Amino acid sequence: MSLAITERLARGRRPRSGGVIAASAVLVVLALAAVVPRLFTGIDPLETEIANALAAPSLAHPFGTDQSGRDVFSRVVYGAQHSLFIGFAATILALVAGLIVGTISGLAPRAIDTVLSRIIDVLMAFPEFLLALLLIAILGPGESSIVVAIAAASMPVYARVTRVQVLVVRRSGYVRAARIIGVPPLVSVLRHVVPNTLGPLLVMATIGFGTAIASAAGLSFLGLGTTPPEPEWGLILSEGRNFLGTAWWIAVFPGLAVTATVIATTVVGRRLLARRAGRTS
Amino acid sequence: MRSAEKWHGARWLRWLRWLCWLLGRLGGVLVVIWGAATLGFIALKFIPGDPVEVMLGVQAQVSDEVKAAIREDWGLNEPVLVQYFEYLGRLLTGDLGQSYQLRQPVAEVIAQQLPSTVQLTTLALVFALVLAAASALLARGRRAGRAVSVLELVVVSSPAFWTGLVLIAVFAFGLGWFPVAETNTPRSLVLPALALSLPVAGIVSQILRQGLDAAERQPFATSVRARGATPTRLLARHTLRHAATDSLTISGYLVGSLLGGAVLIETVFARPGLGRATLRAIIDRDLPVVLGIIVLAAATFAIITLLVDILYRVVDPRLRTREDGS
Repeated sequence: MSLAITERLARGRRPRSGGVIAASAVLVVLALAAVVPRLFTGIDPLETEIANALAAPSLAHPFGTDQSGRDVFSRVVYGAQHSLFIGFAATILALVAGLIVGTISGLAPRAIDTVLSRIIDVLMAFPEFLLALLLIAILGPGESSIVVAIAAASMPVYARVTRVQVLVVRRSGYVRAARIIGVPPLVSVLRHVVPNTLGPLLVMATIGFGTAIASAAGLSFLGLGTTPPEPEWGLILSEGRNFLGTAWWIAVFPGLAVTATVIATTVVGRRLLARRAGRTS
Repeated sequence: MRSAEKWHGARWLRWLRWLCWLLGRLGGVLVVIWGAATLGFIALKFIPGDPVEVMLGVQAQVSDEVKAAIREDWGLNEPVLVQYFEYLGRLLTGDLGQSYQLRQPVAEVIAQQLPSTVQLTTLALVFALVLAAASALLARGRRAGRAVSVLELVVVSSPAFWTGLVLIAVFAFGLGWFPVAETNTPRSLVLPALALSLPVAGIVSQILRQGLDAAERQPFATSVRARGATPTRLLARHTLRHAATDSLTISGYLVGSLLGGAVLIETVFARPGLGRATLRAIIDRDLPVVLGIIVLAAATFAIITLLVDILYRVVDPRLRTREDGS
């Protein structure tokens, strides 16, 4: 789902606190799985056991086993590392790039602002997933390409929000006051303008994190990202595609993990947005 | 008589204004296409590696003379700026260049794959609109609204390609209602279109319900009710029209997301189409095809945005008067 749309949809809906607590819990569990996967499973995600291939979910293997007898639960748990890393890195990169481009666009003379804004318009005319795909055509497949491609594809949204925010902040009383008392322009930008644009950007990044993970899963599913046999949610899904008739569990559970992550980040992001809206109005 | 003439003149003027606006917007469409073509051209020039090597493949044993001849043939010896203007010139005549890998014009490659993708996305759009309208109109109560909003969240958050896999597992393998491996029958179109439509349906449904709720709180809704109109009439004649304009705004985005999703859905269902052609071109590094698809995509979005803006003025009279009043 596109970040621009999510952001728009999130306005004016305040999720109930029960949902927000559950969503936060999901995110904490995911973070734990990414940092210390051993906490959840003792089975090695790469360990094959051919005799027990394509076994249905059971007590020993709660998510069943795949075509080489690897434990799907363990692969999903260890997959959190890859997926969360890609999502996190891409979001941070997009945030920083968008902040820089947006700040320049908001402060620069009109001509530069117009050129930058038009470029952002052209980039935003593309759906994010297609844009990321085209960037991978240029960068070549691989995990780091995925990070850069997703970041670049979602950067325009961050840049646009930053620009609008900068235009508001630069006209505000405190920035004018800073200029009058002789604060150098660069210091004023770094100390007053940028920190005051960060709030809405961070809220967007919360939602963008989930979107980035879903995009990364899609790109890996197409075979453009993480290389096998490493566990990554999109990659496990694409392996499971060949066994849908006999072993649905290989494809179903990693997808559930992606969906749960996206739902959790959306709910938390909506809550943060609602709080901001409440404070400013 | 005089006033009628005056009114006539005003209408004429209004048409002229509208025409100017339309021409300006058409110019904007051209600028977006040019921008996309230029950005794509620049990006592809930055790609590491020699296009001739890419064309021949890694294993090819070809002498340097032959390589030089190929280079000459494809005009790769010209200065970059000359190549750029030649490219733009060919673009103006509708020539998108030759595919490196498939040895046929890019326009032909796209034309072959387009019908299948258009079928898929059109049916998905119909599904999405029907599902969204149904959920927005049926879930009017407070409790039903809550349930539907949870459903929307789940549907919007599920990656379409995963939904597709689940649909295959349940309806093709499990229940056997739909074919597993066919790609060219009407029945085989249902599951992919459904998978593609669900996230879009979730988004449209949310926007439609928000719009309906907002419209019902407006003074005009109260006045319509006060006139004694039934809730159905209020919905059909007044509030739905208001809510629909909101949904129109995002339709450009929706078509874009359908095309992006088609890449994944066509792979999941092993269907031919533009999405898979894109993927193959990216994996083979068939750059002319990639560039052609970029230009096509940009043109599609720019034109859809323009159509939406035109439709907007038809649906929402306030925009017309605001424009005329200025």
